[in-house]
Amino acid sequence: MKNLCFYFEIHQPMRLKRYRFFDIEQDHYYYDDFQNEERIRLLAEQSFLPANRTLLEIIQNSNGKFRCAFSFSGVVLEQLEQYAPEVIDSFDELSKTGCVEFLAETYAHSLSSVYDLHEFEQQVALQTEKITSLFGKKPTVFRNSELIYSDEIGEKIYNMGYKTILIDEVSHVLGWKSPNFVYSHPTLPKLKLLVRNFKLSDDIAFHFSDHSWSDFPLTADKFISWIKNMPEDQPVVNIWLGYEALGLFQRPESGIFEFLKAIPFFALQNNIGFLTPSEIAKKIEAVDMLSSPEPISWSGIEKDISLWNGNDLQQEALNKLYAVGERVRLCSDRPLRHDWLMLQSSDHFRYMSHKDAFGTYYESPYDAFMNYMNILADFLLRVDEQYPTTIDNEELNALLNTIYELEKEVESLENELKKLRSRKKTES
Amino acid sequence: MKVLMFGWEFPPHILGGLGTASYGLVKAMAGKPDMNITFVIPKPHGDEDQSFLKIIGASYVPVVWKENDWNYVNERIGWIMNPDEYFWLRNGIKYDFRRIYTNDLGCIEFSGRYPENLLEEISNYEAVASVLAHQLSFDVIHSHDWLTYPAGIFAKQISGKPLVVHVHATEFDRSRGNVNPIVYDIEKRGMDAANHIITVSNLTRNIVIEKYFQDPKKVTTVHNAVEPLPDVDSYVKTPRRDKIVTFLGRITMQKGPEYFVEAAERVLKKNKKVRFVMAGNGDMMLDMINLAAKRRITDRFHFTGFLKGRQVYQMLADSDVYIMPSVSEPFGISPLEAMQVGTPTIISKQSGCSEILTHSIKIDYWDIDGMADAVNAIIRNPAMYKSLHELGREEVNNIRWEDAGEKVIKIYNSLLGK
Repeated sequence: MKNLCFYFEIHQPMRLKRYRFFDIEQDHYYYDDFQNEERIRLLAEQSFLPANRTLLEIIQNSNGKFRCAFSFSGVVLEQLEQYAPEVIDSFDELSKTGCVEFLAETYAHSLSSVYDLHEFEQQVALQTEKITSLFGKKPTVFRNSELIYSDEIGEKIYNMGYKTILIDEVSHVLGWKSPNFVYSHPTLPKLKLLVRNFKLSDDIAFHFSDHSWSDFPLTADKFISWIKNMPEDQPVVNIWLGYEALGLFQRPESGIFEFLKAIPFFALQNNIGFLTPSEIAKKIEAVDMLSSPEPISWSGIEKDISLWNGNDLQQEALNKLYAVGERVRLCSDRPLRHDWLMLQSSDHFRYMSHKDAFGTYYESPYDAFMNYMNILADFLLRVDEQYPTTIDNEELNALLNTIYELEKEVESLENELKKLRSRKKTES
Repeated sequence: MKVLMFGWEFPPHILGGLGTASYGLVKAMAGKPDMNITFVIPKPHGDEDQSFLKIIGASYVPVVWKENDWNYVNERIGWIMNPDEYFWLRNGIKYDFRRIYTNDLGCIEFSGRYPENLLEEISNYEAVASVLAHQLSFDVIHSHDWLTYPAGIFAKQISGKPLVVHVHATEFDRSRGNVNPIVYDIEKRGMDAANHIITVSNLTRNIVIEKYFQDPKKVTTVHNAVEPLPDVDSYVKTPRRDKIVTFLGRITMQKGPEYFVEAAERVLKKNKKVRFVMAGNGDMMLDMINLAAKRRITDRFHFTGFLKGRQVYQMLADSDVYIMPSVSEPFGISPLEAMQVGTPTIISKQSGCSEILTHSIKIDYWDIDGMADAVNAIIRNPAMYKSLHELGREEVNNIRWEDAGEKVIKIYNSLLGK
């Protein structure tokens, strides 16, 4: 039996406000609230809410046979809570049907898996905590920001307790292999890799309403027939896309919601089922392993991570940011910790790309870089105030350890004192 | 294809961007097959490069019939023109131009500059055009900028050949809104009479369409390019303690020098390790010195006066940032020159060159905060400097006159129904 796996990504970075170098040390608020609110309201009204309504209807009409998965960054959840709380409620409603799975990822939709593994671990914990508190389900399957993956990152994720990871169909990793199977990590046979069907996913996400596309118009009937006509032994087709494709990129008048509604009907008619990623991992065995020594992602022609770190500007910004990771994690200042997360969203670096600054609201990559670096300069000064960069990390650690040990000693001495006092009391 | 072109300047004796631009374009066009260009300028000096086209000096074309013998003509103008050509052109005199003051050869003495009696020179240029139109054979007439439009129109009326006018600037750019009606009239008549109008940017194209009421269908943008710098490696950045930020050009209203001064003040408030240089000359120079003094930044703000030749490129190469805050710039070649020597540039969005450059920071000319911010980003972030330095140079090296020339030839062909 063949299966379809629908998974939708939901992420929006906190957009940064125009921040001039005169503002450094003067202004510690970095976000463009007006723009963020407008963006989130737009997404909620045009995409998230109508799409959720559609999915709920599909699930109910198919008696729970239709199933799908979502991933949220913590950054977008914070914004939804603030500007469109009804979206959270609506996802909660979907979650209650039991047909929806939530995936683990990094809180900030960050590149921490490549630049700062400690940070990576913390962010995943933070995000899963947030998901659990909102929807009452702890994620068990992992998808990294931008589907960034390499053997090394896979191992790290495995050590964090995840046995299933989502990756993209990248030709230099798959070679002649089909994405419609389950694979495993080369050295960790228990770690399963699910692979996105790149063509079919993009057909919905980007081509659906494209009149010049040769397969236009795309109907559910046609779409399912493509899947039906695939070789019998291919067990699963992974259709993964950004959620805003429904309603925003593909307008409601293009018929995208009707298309979705018709999918389960034709699928079930043709004996094609629906599974969530964790169900796939449970039911379907890996047929082979996939090795990716270099990081891959789901963006760009090369499908590497050069859209975020390919040029000098991006490298400079990333290096400056992640150089203070250890220090920031020592800080207990909450606003500082929050800004640290918000500044890590991969989007900020994508806007600096000369190749493809997808989703940018800046006039040029240089503009994006200048603004980001001004904010970062202020942020770094704040970090410096707490833990001066003049002291190097090891020295700092040593000092902190000393303090920590002294504290411990004080504590044990106090305990001893208490004991002695109480003994004295009993004696007297 | 034979082209009769009217210009006003030609290197090496140039006064502004017009000479450089028309030179680059015709040189590239002359390199194409079946291109025969005759370039008319008011007053050649004899040291122009004529290897790829023929230059005719209007100052040596007779417009009034005077009897002279061959030897006398040879003695007078033989150094620049063959007397046979003089006598042959003389046969083209069909109208009575005796109202115009001419010399012993029946020629008008042009200054070839932008004198007080510029309007008179422009109309005299028309008289020369009539003689040439009668005597030369050509397929297309091409007039560079408003000074030569009347000549082009007259040549078209006489020959019936299509006229292309090339708009390098409009009166709206030069006057910042304070338009001289006489100049506007000359420009408008030129555009009305033209079979096709070439503009150096879309910015200019819009002005031509909106302010001169031209049919968009007959207006095409052909962006300027820049000649490769043969001795580019000889310009080396001198190491200095302070960063250098430069303005280079005529210090006039059109170029927005006051915004440069204001931005300088904002940068210096935060960062004292920068020096600002205003290179060039112009009617606003004294005002700018006063303004810099008023802002109390003269210890870090320098004026160089007029620079020429190698000095220009050396100044650009020595700069860490080049700024062109022009209020209205039809094209603006100087940022491209700065990029050739690897200097990061900040240009105003109100400039034509901003349409074709990606590796340059673009700001509104009035946005002094943005300008100061960009300066600061470039001098503080090595990555920013490096990107603009390397990618900017690469980009500008790919902007070639050959491509512009090809577009112009395409326009000719369409006019000739080829």
